This record gives sequence, structure tokens and C-alpha cells, in this order.
Amino acid sequence: MTTLLEIEDVSLLYGRIKALHGISLTVDEGEIVALIGANGAGKSTTMRAISGIRPVASGRIRFNGEDITRLRADLRVRRGLCQAPEGRGIFPGMTVLENLDMGAYTRRDRAGVARDLARVLELFPRLAERRKQVGGTLSGGEQQMLAVGRALMSQPKLLLLDEPSMGLAPMLIQQIFSIITEINEQGTTILLVEQNAQQALARAHRAYVLETGRIVKEGTGAELLHDPSVKEAYLGVA
Amino acid sequence: MTSVREWFDSGRHAVSERWHNGPRWMRWALIAAVIVFFYALPNREFYQWLGPIPTTGSNFGHVLFTVSIYVLLAVGLNIVVGFAGLLDLGYFGFFAVGAYTVAVFTSPSSDLKTLWPWMLALPLAIALTMLSGVMLGTPTLRLRGDYLAIVTLGFAEMIRVAATSSEFLKGQRGFNQIPHPPGSYPDGKPIFGVLDPRPYYWLVLTLIILVVIGVQNLNRSRVGRAWIAIREDEDAAQLMGVPTFKFKLWAFASGAAIGGLAGALFAGKQNFVSSQNLELLNSIIILAAVILGGSGNIVGAIVGGGLVAYLIERFRGIEFFGIELYEYRFMLFGLVLVVMMIFRPQGLVANRRRAAEFKDRRKEVIVGG
Ligand SMILES: Nc1ncnc2c1ncn2[C@@H]1O[C@H](COP(=O)(O)OP(=O)(O)OP(=O)(O)O)[C@@H](O)[C@H]1O
Ligand SMILES: [Mg+2]
Repeated sequence: MTTLLEIEDVSLLYGRIKALHGISLTVDEGEIVALIGANGAGKSTTMRAISGIRPVASGRIRFNGEDITRLRADLRVRRGLCQAPEGRGIFPGMTVLENLDMGAYTRRDRAGVARDLARVLELFPRLAERRKQVGGTLSGGEQQMLAVGRALMSQPKLLLLDEPSMGLAPMLIQQIFSIITEINEQGTTILLVEQNAQQALARAHRAYVLETGRIVKEGTGAELLHDPSVKEAYLGVA
Repeated sequence: MTSVREWFDSGRHAVSERWHNGPRWMRWALIAAVIVFFYALPNREFYQWLGPIPTTGSNFGHVLFTVSIYVLLAVGLNIVVGFAGLLDLGYFGFFAVGAYTVAVFTSPSSDLKTLWPWMLALPLAIALTMLSGVMLGTPTLRLRGDYLAIVTLGFAEMIRVAATSSEFLKGQRGFNQIPHPPGSYPDGKPIFGVLDPRPYYWLVLTLIILVVIGVQNLNRSRVGRAWIAIREDEDAAQLMGVPTFKFKLWAFASGAAIGGLAGALFAGKQNFVSSQNLELLNSIIILAAVILGGSGNIVGAIVGGGLVAYLIERFRGIEFFGIELYEYRFMLFGLVLVVMMIFRPQGLVANRRRAAEFKDRRKEVIVGG
């Protein structure tokens, strides 16, 4: 299997505060990799470093064989790296369709975009029903779906999902995780940040545990699911 | 209070409904009628029928010219504030750069003694304002937050201080005998003279129409979509592959260029430019006009710019219980703005998009995110 994303010893600063202390991780083509950890562990920060909206202080990020450490965020999208941001981050004044259209901003192949739009609307029938509604008036769960769908519209090689299940009802959580698996089976590699460790580990091929800006554990999803310390800290069972 | 708002909103919805659902030719006919109205407006034969609308305190033609300059400025600032969502507190600085460029290169009082015709100085004025926009924007637009607001405020003040105290820029004495735009009537008399303000107004009106057509086209293109995305959520825009810095700089520089154009037109009519023309509050008035009209919306900017400038002039010479209203114009506008922010933060003429953005922002304030 070829390595799609490789992060080597990356540190990141917010002003003087060091949020990442030299983390390293890899994502292979075709995988679902989960990143779990407590609040404030640095999961979203890792995502920001990968997508490029925050510059790293040191270390290297390689994507698809290319060093992208200093590459601008918008150019990373063109390379096939797209993030659905935490807290949804959809465009509130744009309709569902306009939001999805923004996802395809970097693309010129109209036929392909139309095909992907049909696919996204099929994955998320709720969005199809509400295509003319402005994003700001969607429910939290619908916004979440829109954020994932919008990221898919960029036809990413690697999809970064930051807490896609946040604020969703249990039924919808199930649904969004099966959609994630479906997207992955259709050929998109996924790096997934989740509070919902149980679900994430069950779906992921591999996973990393992040603690105060450091990777403290890694393994296959199943291994971590049965790891006693992980169980205690993140799965809520002693 | 709510019922007033509801009544207002329902009325507005009815109007906008009729506008969007009405036949196409009707919309065009209405736009044409509005344009004809404004071309006809400065003629006494026309405006004498308009009751209290023409100003009493000063010549109506001159007032209309001033109003049209404000409208042009509002249209330009709307690109920056309304479309790209950048807070520019020193927009009038670009107006000053435009006016002074014309003055320095054309006036006999200038040390340069180049004595260019107005028409030659015009493109230079636009280019220089654009350049100053790029120079201000390049370091600040990369940063997030309110740096731009502070830097632009500083820029306008710097221009004012330079104009007031630098020997080269002549302070209060200013530059005189700035040439007028070219052109003459068949009988040889110049079109753009001292006595008749109407040709200047018509010139600005025509330029406003051209600029609006250009801006509207830009706004409907990928550039416009990128601006909206940046305004609504800059990080998300970048995550969708929008080169945010480039587009912010574009918006800032085009806005600056339009400000420079307005300044050059002003210098060409006024014939005289000095540091007295540079009131800092003008930046705020234009900003207030854009917000009042409904930022992010060209019609809103035009209405806001026109209304604010017109009302300021209308107040001139009117006494209210022995108080000269004109003296209190800033206070009155402050009041109007506060009331607007409470009842209609999206402005008088707002679109569905803007309303949704404001709702979203209110929600954010409530949850504290
Ligand atoms: N913009 C910022 N400025 C300063 N500190 C920040 C900023 N963003 C995050 N931090 C800090 O960096 C640390 C990591 O934050 P991050 O958002 O990556 O956590 P997280 O693992 O995603 O948490 P959560 O599960 O709550 O989303 C936290 O201590 C946070 O306070
Ligand atoms: Mg997070």
C-alpha cells in the first residue's frame, strides 16, 4: 500500500503556546485513519496543520509524494486534500446547492462536478430535499452533512473530517458513520477526528491517540478498541 | 416594536416579490426610468415640479454632483466592505490620493510644474490609488483580525497630516487652477466650466453606471463567489481552495481605484484641492452610508450613499427651534445608525443572503462562539 499522507515530527504554535509537540503519523491510500483524544488534545490543530490554515513551526508534511509543508492551503485543495472543518463551517448565506458548488470551486470539469453533485445528494437525501434553503437555517445535523458533502465535491484524494458526528442524534451518528464507510469504499481515503471513539475505532483501519499535543498510542482500530487504557480514558468503560 | 418591524418586512417582501417575479421587460423599464429620472434631475425645468426635494440652501446642481461623488464612493467601498467583508476605515484616504495626484500633476501651484491636462492625470491617479491599495493591503490582508481597520485608519490620517503639513502638498493654501475635463460644445464653449455643474454630475452619473455594470459582472463571476465565501467564512473559503489573500487584495485594490477615480473627478470640477477637503469623518460617513443602505448589495450602496449625502446637504441652512441642523449632522447619523443596527442590521436594501448571514452571526453571539 502506498503512503498518501506522511507527517513527520510536526510542531505547531499558537502564539507562545505549543499545541503540537512533534507529532508523526501516516495515512495510507484507501484507509480510514482515526485520531482520538480528549478535548484540547490538539486534534483539530493537527487537521489545521494538514489542511494548511495554520502554519507549522517545525517538521514536515508530505502528501502524495510531495512536500507540502509550506504550501498554501488553497493549493493543497488542488492537490486533492480537503477538510470539512470542525463546527461545520458552512457558508450561512449560501443555499445548500451554492455551498456544494463552493466545494467544487477548484474544479473545471463540469460533467464530473454534476456527477459528484448527484452522488452527494444521493448520499444525503436530506440535503436534496433542502437544496434551495440557505445554510444558516439548516439544523445542526443538516449543516454537518452539508459540510461533509461540500468537502466531497472537491473530489479529494484525502478527506479530513473533524468531528462529523458532533451534535448529532444517535440515529444520525449511525447514519453518518455508515456514510463515511461508504465514501471510503468508493475510493476516498479518510482521516477522521472523533470524540465518539467507540464508533470511530470500530470503523477505522488504524488509529492514533493524541494527548496534549503528543501521539501516545497507535494501532489498528480493533487493537485500540480493546486496549485497556484506551477503554478507560476514551470509551467510558473501566 | 416587533410589529413595526414585521410590517416593514412584509412590505419589503411584497415589493421584492413583485420585483423578482414580475416580467423582465418591466424590470428593465423601471431601471431605464430611474436612470432617465436621474439624468433629468439637475434641470430646473424638471426639478421645479419636485416640491421640497431640491435643496434650498445651495445650488441643486452642485449638491447633485456632491451626492453623485458619494454614491461612487459608496459603490467602491461596498466592494471592500460589502463583498469581501473587509473593514476599511480610511477609504476617504484613497479619494485624497486621487484628488492630490491630479492636483500635483496639473496645477500651476504644484512644484512639479508638469501642467498636465486633467485627462492625462486621470489614469495616473487611478493607477496610484490602486498601487497604494496594494501596498497597504499586501502586508495587512495576510493577517486575520482587525489589522486592516487600524491600518486603513492610520493611512487616511497619514494622508491628512501629509497634506496639512508638507510643503510639497501645500497645506491649506492648496492647489488652484486645476484644469477641467476636456470637451466643448459646437459653439466652442467648454462643456466642463465653472458655472454649470450639470455636465460634471452627468459625467459622474455615467461613470457610476459603467462601474456598476462592471462590478455587477465581476460579482456574478467566480470572483464574486470567492468574495462571498471569504466574507461568510474565511477559513472555510480557504479550505474550499479559494486563494483568499489574492481575492481580498483584488477587492481592496479595486475599491481603492474607484475611490481614486472619485477624487480625480472631484479635483477636476472643484478646480482647487487643499487639506481642508480632507475631513477624516468622511471615511466614516461613507462607511455609514454603505451599512445604512445594506452592505454587500450594489443597490443598497447606491441608495445609502445617495441618501446620506443628500440628507447632509438638505440639512444645510435649515433651522429647527433655532438650531442649525447641519451642525448636528454627525450626531443625527450616529443616531440613525444605532437605530438601524437594532432594527435592521442588514441595511435598508438587503438580500436574502445578507439576512441569513446576520442571523447566523447573532446566533454565534448568543452561544458565545
Ligand atoms: N486559535 C487558537 N489560539 C490559541 N490557542 C488555541 C487556538 N486553537 C486551539 N488552541 C489551543 O490548542 C489546544 C488544542 O486545541 P484543539 O482545538 O486542537 O483541540 P481538540 O483536540 O480539537 O479539542 P476538541 O475535542 O475540544 O475539539 C487547546 O489547548 C486549545 O486551547
Ligand atoms: Mg477539535
